[in-house]
Amino acid sequence: MASRQESPVRAPGDPLPDNVNPLPRKGFLGWLNKRMPVDEFIANQLTGYYAPKNFNIWYFFGSLALVVLVMQLLTGIFLTMFYKPGELTSFDSVEFIMREVDSGWLIRYLHSTGASAFFIVVYLHMFRALLYGSYKPPRELLWLIGMLVYLALMAEAFMGYVLPWGNMSFWGAQVIVNLFGTIPVIGPPLVEWIRGDYGIADATLNRFFALHVVALPLGILLLVMLHLVALRRTGSNNPDGIEIKEKVDAKGKPLDGIPFHPYYTVKDVVGIGVFFVLFAIIVFFVPTFGGLFLEGPNFDPANPMSTPEHIAPVWYFTPFYAILRAVPDQRLGAMLMGLAVVSFLFLPWLDRSPVKSMRYRGWISKTMLTLFVVSFIALGYLGLQPAEGIYVLWARIFAVIYFAYFWLMPFYSRASFDRVKPVPERVVFNAH
Amino acid sequence: MRTRKMRVLQRTLLLAVECTLVVTAAGFIAQGTAFAAEEGAGKLGADWKSQHADTDVANKASLQRGARNFSNYCLGCHSLKYERWSRMAQDLEIPEPLLEKDLMPPGDKPAQYVLTSMPAADAEAWFGKTPPDLSLIARARGKDYLYQFLTTFYVDPTRQTGANNLRLPATAMPHVLSELEGLKRAVYRNEEKRGEDGKATTEPVFDHFEPLAPGRLSTAEYASFVRDTVNFLDYVGEPTQQARRSLGVWVVLFLLVFTWLAWLMKKEYWKDVH
Amino acid sequence: MADNVVVADDEVDLSRRKFLTNATIATGAVGAVFVAVPFIESWSPSERARALGAPTDLDVSKIEPGQMAITTWRRQPIYVVRRTPEMVTHLKGHDASLKDPNSDKSKQPDYAKNELRARKAEYLVLIGTCTHLGCLPKQRFQAGSPEMGASWPGGFFCPCHGSRFDLAGRVFEGSPASVNLVVPPYEYPNERTLRVGADEKGAA
Repeated sequence: MASRQESPVRAPGDPLPDNVNPLPRKGFLGWLNKRMPVDEFIANQLTGYYAPKNFNIWYFFGSLALVVLVMQLLTGIFLTMFYKPGELTSFDSVEFIMREVDSGWLIRYLHSTGASAFFIVVYLHMFRALLYGSYKPPRELLWLIGMLVYLALMAEAFMGYVLPWGNMSFWGAQVIVNLFGTIPVIGPPLVEWIRGDYGIADATLNRFFALHVVALPLGILLLVMLHLVALRRTGSNNPDGIEIKEKVDAKGKPLDGIPFHPYYTVKDVVGIGVFFVLFAIIVFFVPTFGGLFLEGPNFDPANPMSTPEHIAPVWYFTPFYAILRAVPDQRLGAMLMGLAVVSFLFLPWLDRSPVKSMRYRGWISKTMLTLFVVSFIALGYLGLQPAEGIYVLWARIFAVIYFAYFWLMPFYSRASFDRVKPVPERVVFNAH
Repeated sequence: MRTRKMRVLQRTLLLAVECTLVVTAAGFIAQGTAFAAEEGAGKLGADWKSQHADTDVANKASLQRGARNFSNYCLGCHSLKYERWSRMAQDLEIPEPLLEKDLMPPGDKPAQYVLTSMPAADAEAWFGKTPPDLSLIARARGKDYLYQFLTTFYVDPTRQTGANNLRLPATAMPHVLSELEGLKRAVYRNEEKRGEDGKATTEPVFDHFEPLAPGRLSTAEYASFVRDTVNFLDYVGEPTQQARRSLGVWVVLFLLVFTWLAWLMKKEYWKDVH
Repeated sequence: MADNVVVADDEVDLSRRKFLTNATIATGAVGAVFVAVPFIESWSPSERARALGAPTDLDVSKIEPGQMAITTWRRQPIYVVRRTPEMVTHLKGHDASLKDPNSDKSKQPDYAKNELRARKAEYLVLIGTCTHLGCLPKQRFQAGSPEMGASWPGGFFCPCHGSRFDLAGRVFEGSPASVNLVVPPYEYPNERTLRVGADEKGAA
C-alpha cells in the first residue's frame, strides 16, 4: 500500500500503466539491454501488447497448444536418445524405454498422451475460430498459417505413430501411404517412392523417423512463429467479434484492451494448471485411455503377414477416415477425405456474414455450426467402428452435413438469409 | 501286419474313449435335468463372455503365485523376453534364493531375461507355429481375454491337440492346464438364424460346458489359479504400473495446489480490470 | 455497467498480490525441478546396463604363473596377474621411488590396502585403465628388461604418456599418473574362482 500513486486502481478508461522500465538500466540488465532489445521486446510483445479484456474459456487453447508443443519437443528429444529406428530394433527399443530406462515409461507416456492432447487442444482452438469468426478479415492469413500448422501436425502425428513399429503402426502406414496410390498416373510410383521399398519397410521407417524428429518439428516451429507474428499485426479477435483497435484513448491504447502481461499471463497459468491436472490424471491412471490414445494391437510387433482384426487410425484422424470409408469409390473417397481437411482453408472466403461472432448471428448459422460439430464428433466415432451396415449409412449422412457447413456457407451466412443482431459498440465484459 | 494291428488298437482305444464320454455325459445329463430348475443360467461356462479377470496388480501374494504358475506351466513354451528374473524378484518381493530355487530354470542367471528353453524350430514343428512371447499379451489382448481363454478350453477330438477353445477357436495351444482343471466338453443348442437370403437355418450355438473328468483343482480353485496367472501377465505387460499410479497421486495433488495458487493470483490481478 | 464502478481502495491489496505472485512462482519453480527429475534420471545407467554390469567370474587356476588374464567388468578391462614368488619378492625394496607406496591416496577396497594390494599374494586384480587419462598400460613383467632399464622391477607401462607401475599397480615417481592403479571389489567364492564386482558387502 506504500506506493499509492502507482497503485493499479484506475478510473475507467484510464490506460493501464506501461510496465517498461526506463532505459538505461544498471547492472547486468543494463549491460544486456545495450546489446539486445530485451526491455523493448517485453514492452512490445507482453506488457504493451493489448488484448481484448473479454476473453473467455475458449481463449486458453492457443497458449495451451504452445505449452503442449514445448512438452512434445522436450519429451521427444529424450525419447530420441533411446529409440532405435529400424525394423528389428524399433519395437524392442520402445519396450526398453518402457521397462529399463529409469523414468522412461513416464517420458514415453507424456509423449504419447501429449500427441492426443495436442489434437484436443488444437481442435478446441479451431472451434473457437469458427465460433467467433476469427478467420474473417483481417485475420485470413493468421487462419491460413494456423491451418498449415494443423496439416504439419497431422503429418507429424502420423509418422510418430509409425515409429513404435507395432502392428497398428505398420498397417496404419500401409493404409495411409496407399492413399497416395489413388492419385492418377503418378500414384503407384509415388507410393513406391514414399516407401522406398515394395512394402512398408525399414527404409520407410527410417525416413519417417527423420521427418518426425527433425524436419516436421522445425517446420511446425517456424509456422507457429509466423502464426504469432501475424497475430501481433491483427491483434486477437474476441467473443464479440469487435475490433478493439477501432476504439482507442488519447494515447492510442485500445479502450477495451488490457496488457497481455500480466493479465493474460496470470490467467493462462490457471488454464495451464487445469490442463495439466487433467493431463496428469490420464498419464498416470489411464495412459492408454481405453485404447484410444494407445491401441491394444500396437502392443503386438509389426507383422506384414497379419492385419489386425479391426483397423482404425488414432481418434484424431477418424472423422476424415470415416468420410473416406463412406464413399464406395476408392479415388472419390480419397479426394473427399482430402477435401474434408482442405475445406477449412477456404473459410475466410466462404463466410459472407457481416458479423464475426456467433453471438450476433442468426439461428441458421448457429444451427449449421452445431450440426457441423455434431457431425465431426459423430464421424470421429464412426471412424472407430467397423465399416459395415448402419455405420456406413450414418457416415454418409454426417459427411453430407460436414460438407454442407462449408460449401453452403456462401449462401446461408448472408445477412439477407441469416438475420444478424446488432453488434454493440464496445465489448461485453462483467468484472468479477 | 503291423499297421493293421495298430489300426485295431486305435479303434479299440477310440471306442473306449467314446463309451466313457457317452456314459459320463449321460450321467451328467441325468444330473443336469435333476438340478435344471435350480441351476438355470448358472450352467458351467454359459456366461463365459461376460466373465472378467477381476485381478489386482497390487496384490503381491497373487502375483507371486502367478509367477510360480507361469514358471511351472507356461515357461516350457512361452518367453517373457522383456522381463528380467531379477526385475521380477524385485517387483514381486521374491527373495533371490527362492527365485533361483523355485522359479528360474537351472543354469540361468537372475540378470537374464525370462526365456523358454524350447528351441523355436522344435516349437514350430510341434505346434505349427512358434508359441508367442507373452511379455505384452495382457496389453495387446486385455486381461479379460486371457481369463476367458484359459477357462474355455474343451475336449475336441477333431483338433490335433485334442482341445479347442471358445475365446480363440482352433487355437494351436494344447490344454496344458487340463491336469489342474480336468476335462470338459462343449454342449451346443440349436438356434434358428435368418440368413441374408431370408431363409431360416438352424445353427449350433455354444450353450454350456459339461465336466468329463475332474482335475486336481475345484472349479473355484482353478478360477483363482487362472486369475493369479493373468494378474502376473498384467504385471509383466507393464512392470512400472504400480509406480505410475502411486507417483500420479502426488503429481495430481501438487498440480491442484499450484492451480489453486495460480487462480488466487489471477483473481487478485484481475481486480484491476473493470 | 460494471466497468463504471471504481474499485474501493481496500479492494486491491498489493502485498497480497505480491505474496500470491511469489507463492505461485515458487511453487512453479518447485514443479519445474520435479519435472526435471525424470529427464535427468533417464540418463543414468539403464537396467540393461546395470544387468550387464553384474559381477563376472574368472577361473584363475587356468592362468599360468607369471602370466596375465584380462576379463571385463562394467566395460572396463580387469587385469588378473598370477604373480610368481620372484615377482612378489621384486615388489620389495623400491618403496622410495613410488609416489604412494602405502596406497593412502589410491582407490582400493580395504582388503587390498596392503603391501601387495591383493587378497592373495599370488593374484593381482586391477582395473586396467591408467589413472592418468585412461589408456591401457602394457605388460612389462620382466625385471630389468632392456626397454625399461636395469633397475626395472617388472610391472606395467602406459604407452600414452609413459606412466609406470609395479606389479602391485603402484605408480613410480616421474610418471604423469599420480595415484596407483585401481583395485576393483572382488572375492573368491572358491579356490579356483575369482568374482570381480562383488565382495562381503554384496554386489558393487
